[in-house]
Amino acid sequence: MDFALSSDQQLLVGSFDALLGKQSRPEEVRAAEPIGFDAALWQSLRRLEPVAMAVPEDSGGWGASMLDLCLIGESLGRHCAPVPVIETQVTARLLARLGRDTVVEPLLAGGVATTAPHPVLRRHGAAAGIARLVPAGAVAGLVLVREGAQLRALRPDPVPVPVPNLASLPLADVPADGGEVLLTGPGALEAFETAVDEWLLLTASALVGLSASALALAVGYAGERTAFGKPIGAFQGIAHRLADVATGIDGARVLVHEAAWSADEGLAAAAERACMAFAFASDVARQATYWAMHTLGGYGVMLEHDAQLYFRRARGWAAVYGDAEAAYRRVAARRYPRRQAPGLTSVTTNKVTS
Amino acid sequence: MNFDFGPASLEYKEQARAFLARELTPDRVTEMDRTGVSYNPDFHRALTEHGWLAPGWPVEYGGRGLDPMDVVAFQEELAEAGAPTYAASTTMMIAGVIREIGTEQQKSQILPRALGGEIIIVLGFTEPGCGSDVAAATTRAVRDGDEWVVNGQKMFTTNAQVADYVFLLARTDTDAPKHKGLTTFLVPLHQPGVTITPIRTISGERTNATFYDDVRVADAWRIGEVNRGWDTMSVALTLERTSATGGEHRRVLAAAERWAAAGAAADGRPLIEDETVRARLARAATEARVARLLGLRSVWVYANGGLPGVEGSMAKLFASEALVRLTDDLALMAPDGLRSDDPLHADVEHGIRRAQATTIYGGTSEVQRSIIAQRALGLPRSF
Repeated sequence: MDFALSSDQQLLVGSFDALLGKQSRPEEVRAAEPIGFDAALWQSLRRLEPVAMAVPEDSGGWGASMLDLCLIGESLGRHCAPVPVIETQVTARLLARLGRDTVVEPLLAGGVATTAPHPVLRRHGAAAGIARLVPAGAVAGLVLVREGAQLRALRPDPVPVPVPNLASLPLADVPADGGEVLLTGPGALEAFETAVDEWLLLTASALVGLSASALALAVGYAGERTAFGKPIGAFQGIAHRLADVATGIDGARVLVHEAAWSADEGLAAAAERACMAFAFASDVARQATYWAMHTLGGYGVMLEHDAQLYFRRARGWAAVYGDAEAAYRRVAARRYPRRQAPGLTSVTTNKVTS
Repeated sequence: MNFDFGPASLEYKEQARAFLARELTPDRVTEMDRTGVSYNPDFHRALTEHGWLAPGWPVEYGGRGLDPMDVVAFQEELAEAGAPTYAASTTMMIAGVIREIGTEQQKSQILPRALGGEIIIVLGFTEPGCGSDVAAATTRAVRDGDEWVVNGQKMFTTNAQVADYVFLLARTDTDAPKHKGLTTFLVPLHQPGVTITPIRTISGERTNATFYDDVRVADAWRIGEVNRGWDTMSVALTLERTSATGGEHRRVLAAAERWAAAGAAADGRPLIEDETVRARLARAATEARVARLLGLRSVWVYANGGLPGVEGSMAKLFASEALVRLTDDLALMAPDGLRSDDPLHADVEHGIRRAQATTIYGGTSEVQRSIIAQRALGLPRSF
């Protein structure tokens, strides 16, 4: 058992933190609002090739581990980076799994792609035939959607208009008719669900980074600001909430790391653990960003202060999938598979391994 | 990064399961539930005979010299099974203090008997007016030649009724600042002037109030220097922070999963089909994982030569608060969670009872949060 990052992993994190620390500061994050896409940063990041890292070697990438991708994800989250790295990584990996290397190629050369995390529905009133609130849908040239047991690749032209939203994310409602059929059948379902699990896990890592930045902001302020003759961090009403947040963040981080490691090891429980990591990290991020904003008092709610940047994203990044409750239902779907025939009562309980 | 136990640890886990199958017999469990005592002499003897009382201790003391990760691999199996090990852990904790700072005479008289399973040592720290502020102890020890005379009262002296010694924190200088007038002693309990009064708790666990009325203890049984008892305490508390967490969580979760698989919701459908129940179970499973990982991280820090102060506090805080949350969530899945009349529900009902004290003993959640705020976040002292 080893909870430490290797020296290579430390270098990897360092290189992303260095670039993002210069080019994804709060002023750049603000400047990219309301759409939430910074084209210059997207170009700069190509130097570090985060998409190529995510793609297996046989498909022209570097074949980085899920753990390495999570470390990058945490760095992206720490800097609120307004770039759809995670969506493009997940989509490129999905295409590579389907053997569509020619579609992966343009993504290695800077293309933006995404996968709608929810299936397209037909009998759903105004939403029929539309992939709603697709993350990076407002900037992606390639959108993968699942409808029933079919996986299709859409190339929206023109790219749909962004939907204004709480988190200043480049979300869009993408018309999902037509497109190229990539795969139909159980294989398509499985490939899609794996992509969603990967997206949940990488988003969880970003939420950990975001939470850590929000906490750092609050801790810095709590140590300086005085009230009633004391630094406010000396009041248990503040200090104890921040201690809970720090503990939650550490817990979410180890859960993300273990889930990523499980995926890299090919463990059967990896999917369940990815969903657990997302559910837990999204709860922690909500609490962390609430307490960060609250610690800053009236300043916290002012737009010119950064706390609100974290607060809005903590909710938005997670809500694109659903709340923690929805994610826990996904955990349950993995952990307690539905019975095929009524009357057969056996619940699979994945006992904690090792 | 690697989240697998090594092959040796896995082997010890196997041995733990075999050991439990043999030694944690139904009648011993029943006895433990009936008496509320987390000590069973036969189980304790078996632990000793198989080298599992002090597996992490150096071989020269009679231990097995195992790596802390191997030890925790074994211990988390015992914790998950709810084995009666509390008396063993307090005994070995104080034996550890004596090993660190005891005199040669204390080591030679106590360590072989502690490691041999012959004696039980309990903790006499807190008092009616202390709570977590154990340095506020008012139990007095006054020197009388080669002896000390002890008067006062200790609270929550769990297992005192089966113990041989209490590791007692006493005030030896009433004029000094409160942390500087304390001394620790190993006081034999089988002597006149010691009164042990049982206290029953919501979990069913029996603990005690212990009273000391002109109790005499030889100066040879003073552990550490006079008025330096707080230093001794910090040695003891550091040794306490490296144990498995999450075992109780997994046990309650497994019980709730059995119940959900077999039981019905109020509308007659299987409980496990209910979306709320499913989400609650999933959340409990997730928090149980986090509790376990934070505990393992803390042991890993220790195994690599560090002192897991902050990590230990985070593990203790999270594990205990999560246990309170998840036992509530699981026991209240459906009305049957109230029942204690059959095994399917009793484990869940018992879980909610057992959870409550965990946020209190070993340093309350408030104490842990203050430690984390100060040491991990660098915030001012907020006691």
